[in-house]
Amino acid sequence: MDAAAQLPLVHARGLVKSFGELVAVDGVDFDVQRGEAFGFLGPNGAGKTSTMRMIGCVSPPSGGTLRILGLDPVTQGAEIRAKLGVVPQQDTLDTELTVRENIIIYGRYFGLPRSDLGKRADELIDFVQLNDRANDKVEPLSGGMKRRLTIARSLVNDPEVLLLDEPTTGLDPQARHTVWDRLFRLKQRGVTQILTTHYMDEAEQLCDRLVVMDRGKIAAEGSPQELIRRYSTREVVELRFRAENRPEEVADELKSRLDGSVRRLEALPDRLLLYTDDGDATATHVHEFDLKPESVLVRRSTLEDVFLHLTGRTLVDD
Amino acid sequence: MSSLALPLRVFEYWLMQYRRVWRGTAITSVINPVFYLGALGIGLGTLVNKSSGNSLGVPYIDFVAPGMLAATAMTVASGEASWPVMGSIKWTRQYFAMLATPLGTRDIVLGHQLWMTARVAMTSAVYLAVIAAFGGVDSPWGILALPAAVLLGAAFTTPFAAYAATRDSDAAFVPVNRFIVVPMFLFSGTFFPVSRLPQALEWLAYATPLWHGVELCRMFTLGNVDALRALGHTAYLLLFVVVGFIWAQRTYAERLLK
Repeated sequence: MDAAAQLPLVHARGLVKSFGELVAVDGVDFDVQRGEAFGFLGPNGAGKTSTMRMIGCVSPPSGGTLRILGLDPVTQGAEIRAKLGVVPQQDTLDTELTVRENIIIYGRYFGLPRSDLGKRADELIDFVQLNDRANDKVEPLSGGMKRRLTIARSLVNDPEVLLLDEPTTGLDPQARHTVWDRLFRLKQRGVTQILTTHYMDEAEQLCDRLVVMDRGKIAAEGSPQELIRRYSTREVVELRFRAENRPEEVADELKSRLDGSVRRLEALPDRLLLYTDDGDATATHVHEFDLKPESVLVRRSTLEDVFLHLTGRTLVDD
Repeated sequence: MSSLALPLRVFEYWLMQYRRVWRGTAITSVINPVFYLGALGIGLGTLVNKSSGNSLGVPYIDFVAPGMLAATAMTVASGEASWPVMGSIKWTRQYFAMLATPLGTRDIVLGHQLWMTARVAMTSAVYLAVIAAFGGVDSPWGILALPAAVLLGAAFTTPFAAYAATRDSDAAFVPVNRFIVVPMFLFSGTFFPVSRLPQALEWLAYATPLWHGVELCRMFTLGNVDALRALGHTAYLLLFVVVGFIWAQRTYAERLLK
């Protein structure tokens, strides 16, 4: 391998983005390697989209270092963008044009010859399974179909890096799985992916490595499994209560009685989370007390638990 | 020419979009001049010619037709520089799609301006042809009324697009139309000489780009060309184009690259 291929595709040190008084991204460091799927996980307002826009060369950094493909986004933005594929959070499709026309005109923005674009558009439409809608206007398509079209369109220039900002937000579960499936195939083909998400299941499904972002800073970094191992236990027992039963009060009582087997305990407004290495044993133990939870669920730890541990807050406010 | 290659990709988008609606606009661009020249040039013109004692020096249709040509160029320009600009930011978000590619804000501004200018040129060419059919073009110089109308259009599309890129809602275009476009349309020498206005308003009319565009078009269709005055009008309109273009580059960058 030559030296250039070993450099990280994206390299950020002390990266800052501020809008007046508001500091959206507050000095973050990260590197994205060729071929990996790298994620920014965090709640809304964590600074994920601002980071993504800086990588996409449409938002000049306010401070720090940022290199993409070894180039400077401020002075070499056009050159970098020629090698990026962007799936923005909000669609930028012309809904009055057809599926095929949207891909063709996007290819023209990259200066690809018209004669090649017809064939290229058909391949991409096939890849995202929109063949029977190829010559339909975009306007009546479902949200999931539009997302798939946006993904197809972002591939028109054969990008070295694919930027996906909240790729499945607002989609129904089935549409999300279809999108995930396509992104997984792209990963297998070796396309580097950088994505933001506030869904922990999405991060676990798609990311080889991720950073947890909160309030403009990086709280932790690693593979999903590493993060779970480091910041959580293997299993979690979830006890759901009616709100009038005051889970917080029960928490204090439990804490004093469940010594040892429960490593950590989180009290949320409607439930208690008991972090333990042996969920079944803990659940059995809980049943010995007269707590009367509405339900008891033993599950594996997820990135949601990592986030809760790191920030004391949940990822999705529901 | 490589500096135009990127803006032309933007132009291509607008052309692709236009292909869906061209029939409607083509019909409008023929019917409008026929109706207006019929009603004003022939209908009203008969009355004016009888009662004015030939104070205009030419039949009313010859006087009003180049005014209408220039006013139409302005109207088309202001429309093309308002809703499509806002739509590309708020509705189709196509400017953002373009920005995710090697295209930059300068390419987006220039490419869209080229398209708006092309639309003004198409409409003005039809208008001029209809004027000629009505016998309103008195000189071969008349052909130069087309570039004059296009230049006038660009004097409006550049600052209007710059302004549209700063707005959050198309409600902003209503006052622009009511207080800028419509008064100019009526009082910038389109239908009657500005010398008939009260002194203060006459001077105000001289400052409007439309008056310079009307004078330029009229000079060419009537065939009494004065090179120095033509240059003066051209320079005045070019000033609007240059300042408007620089302003547009600034407002686009502020809006799109945060």
